[in-house]
Amino acid sequence: MSYIKPQFKHPRLQVNDLGLTHRDYEGALSTLCAGCGHDSITSAVAQACAELSLPPHKIAKLSGIGCSSKAPTYFLNNAHGFNTVHGRMPSVATGANMANRDLIYLGMSGDGDSASIGFGQFAHVVRRRLNMLYMVANNGVYGLTKGQLAATAEQGMKSKSGEASLFTDIDLCVSALQFGATFVARSFSGDKSQLVPLIKAAISHKGFAFIDIISPCVTFNNNPDSNRSYDYVHDHITTAAVADFVPVKQEIRCENGQSDSEDICLHDGSILRLSRIDADYDAHDRIKAMTKIEQHKAEGKILTGLMYIDPEADDYHEINGTSDAPLNSLKQETLCPGSHVLKTINESFR
Amino acid sequence: MLKKTDTSNFRYFLNVVDCQQACPAHTPVPEYIRLISDRKYTESYMLNWESNVFPSILGRVCDRPCEPACRRGRVEEEPVAICRLKRVAADNKEDINSYLPIIPSDKNGKHIALIGAGPASLTVARDLLPMGYKITLFDREQKAGGMMRTQIPAFRLPETVLEEELDLILDMGLKTCFGEGISSMKSLLDEKYDAIFVGTGAPLGRELKIPGRDEAGDHLSIGIDWLSSVAFGHTKKIDKRVIVLGGGNTAMDCCRTARRLGGKEVKVVVRSSLEAMKASPWEKTDAMAEDVELIGNHKPLEFVMREGKFVGVLFEEVQSHYDENGKRTLIDTGNTVLMECDKVLIAIGQDTAFPWIERDIGIDFNQWDQPVLEEASLQASIPKIFFGGDAAFGPKNIITAVAHGHKAAISIDLFCQGKDPVVERPVSDFNLVSQKMGIHEWSYHNKIKQDVRYAVPHMDRKQAIKQLASEVELGYDEKMGLAEASRCLNCDIHTVFSESICIECSACEDICPVDCINFLQVDDEVEQVSDERVLSQLRVSDINPLQEILISAPLKTGQLMIKDEDMCLHCGLCAERCPTGAWDMKKLTLKDLKATIL
Repeated sequence: MSYIKPQFKHPRLQVNDLGLTHRDYEGALSTLCAGCGHDSITSAVAQACAELSLPPHKIAKLSGIGCSSKAPTYFLNNAHGFNTVHGRMPSVATGANMANRDLIYLGMSGDGDSASIGFGQFAHVVRRRLNMLYMVANNGVYGLTKGQLAATAEQGMKSKSGEASLFTDIDLCVSALQFGATFVARSFSGDKSQLVPLIKAAISHKGFAFIDIISPCVTFNNNPDSNRSYDYVHDHITTAAVADFVPVKQEIRCENGQSDSEDICLHDGSILRLSRIDADYDAHDRIKAMTKIEQHKAEGKILTGLMYIDPEADDYHEINGTSDAPLNSLKQETLCPGSHVLKTINESFR
Repeated sequence: MLKKTDTSNFRYFLNVVDCQQACPAHTPVPEYIRLISDRKYTESYMLNWESNVFPSILGRVCDRPCEPACRRGRVEEEPVAICRLKRVAADNKEDINSYLPIIPSDKNGKHIALIGAGPASLTVARDLLPMGYKITLFDREQKAGGMMRTQIPAFRLPETVLEEELDLILDMGLKTCFGEGISSMKSLLDEKYDAIFVGTGAPLGRELKIPGRDEAGDHLSIGIDWLSSVAFGHTKKIDKRVIVLGGGNTAMDCCRTARRLGGKEVKVVVRSSLEAMKASPWEKTDAMAEDVELIGNHKPLEFVMREGKFVGVLFEEVQSHYDENGKRTLIDTGNTVLMECDKVLIAIGQDTAFPWIERDIGIDFNQWDQPVLEEASLQASIPKIFFGGDAAFGPKNIITAVAHGHKAAISIDLFCQGKDPVVERPVSDFNLVSQKMGIHEWSYHNKIKQDVRYAVPHMDRKQAIKQLASEVELGYDEKMGLAEASRCLNCDIHTVFSESICIECSACEDICPVDCINFLQVDDEVEQVSDERVLSQLRVSDINPLQEILISAPLKTGQLMIKDEDMCLHCGLCAERCPTGAWDMKKLTLKDLKATIL
């Protein structure tokens, strides 16, 4: 088994605005199973960050426990990282974000980490609208503990050992919509042409962005009875709109006037361009988004793409009225200006 | 729609092994380098001997077409030192006698004449003797070797090394007639040989017909004739001030030999720029290291005589201009320079010469006085006569002569069996064997070493120019040889893709360190998509047109797997990360290497 990736890279590889190639956004060589969907997500994150020309040291990657949560080791070697306790990534992310709002926060979690042990944490970080991208690598099983079905596995789905899921599944996209996320998408690790623009848009989005990524477990959940296998997902995947990410620097072409296309301006000035496939699609209707997801599920289809976006909503810092300067940059005299300031405040109430 | 790559024959796979494909004799380079890595030097030597006949000689003086082709030179600065590794195998080999072919005592009744005892003829002999042919070898010189003996100086190729490999063939039991040149093809034809092979090289050094040529007399020599005279010990010294005209490897051998025979001020003067000189870069480096002055952009005008005495050469300065097709024209600047010297060696090229072949016996010659040959078989217009080496198409190099020898041997064998040497040529079968040893284990060293090329040690330069016969290059020692061998990328271990079991998880695409692998959705139903447009979507769209591209049949979801072979490191990571074994690392074996020579 190879543990070191050759340092040679293609001499004609594209470089971004920082002069870096996508290989400069790599991490250690993955020790996940061969063919694991998480490795594709890893590569999509690296590609998205490279294409956005993000300086790696301005990114913090956080994760919990699980196969999914190992993944940050395999991307962005030069970013900050925190591998937290099981299901507690949202708390650590919140703390970090409070201390330094200038970093870009990438959360990487799994179905067990977010839908079981950390479901409460998940619910509250969504409510708080913390400015971060929260990704769930969703394969429906607990790979690290040898393939027990996860809470996201649909009722009746059979594990590799033949055991069926007895309970109703938790749909994390529906949950995120209900809890007030302002960017909600679902994608598939095997479709980078969809996943990469969504990650780029989610990073550019201000507020809580959630992407549920179906990521097949080749070892424990790629069997014929599974609806998380590569073959099943390839056969049942559908989308309501194709999302394209147009960076700030690129000249925005005059809109062709097609009614099936919509440009959404993101916080940093970049554009999320949506091309409707389903005429009934509306990226701004939260209730409809939840209905659509459930309808597709009832039809045995997997709806992917951007479900909902609210680019205007306030994020946690705005709701809380925190200072514009990151807390970690504030000096003692700013945070604790002394008795004379207290005196002035007290005077104002007399 | 992009067509699925044809992998039904060996051509695609051979093209991916750049070094082997570039070698005229298709020497299995990665395989012999792996044997060196395993310290199986004798086996490595014999694998070389089987395909290129003169591994010790070529490990020193080969033109190395393999090295500019080496993939390593594309992913980093320098290719693997393939040629010098050949010498490592030769230097460290043990007794090879048990590996040599057995020569049958019962002959097959066919008698072949070989004219010229250079690399081409000797290869024919080596190939045909084990098959029971009776062979008579003719050469005008007293000893075998041809240009390897007469034109390559001993400080590059020691005589002992030369003789060892010549003897391997001469000891196989052939009749030699040395010291007697053939004066008539007609009378040779009357001697009832079943076939005749002409490997007489390009023995005629080109003349420089400018004023003063006749008057200068002994002050001028033709380079190859002079080298030959040095090789046979007839010439033992040279004057102090020497000018060598010409910029090829013969010129380099002339100037370096002159330094050793007493030349103090040795200049090489060429009409082209120094960059455009034909000599191999390492030959130029070696010449300069021995204080030879290389002067470019000078065209010789006249050999100058003053009061009956030779003074030197008058040159005109020129400039090279290249048109858009890369064709060079020399533009005179009008400035002339007289370079004084005592001796001039003319090394501006050499030609074939067939004064001994009568032109009325049925052998057709073309406008350049070259025999008209069937390219696939090297057969002349008299069916029993075959040509090879420099004699066939003009001067090339030793390894090309060896390749011709193999090709002609197949032709002669077919001809003697009454078969057509073109139509009935054998086609090589090929085999691809998985190198998988365990779940993520391979039989070869797939870990890519980042080492840069190791320089070959030389003897002290001041000492070197004092002795004519001391070999300048010392060769790698075993440790360096092993380190250099580990730089080989094992390009003969192919990434083989099976469409039917691919689940399109993109693991291979993600892991590939050099972005070779692409999965592209080609939507042909809406509109006909041009191949160029599909290829423009590759991860690295700036493709190298000289390299192969592996294109799969449409996969389950309609995607195509497209692999650009250009930079592939053969690291096997795609196969390691493939959950279904759709990628496998398989070693190419060509069943009949000689039959693959085009």
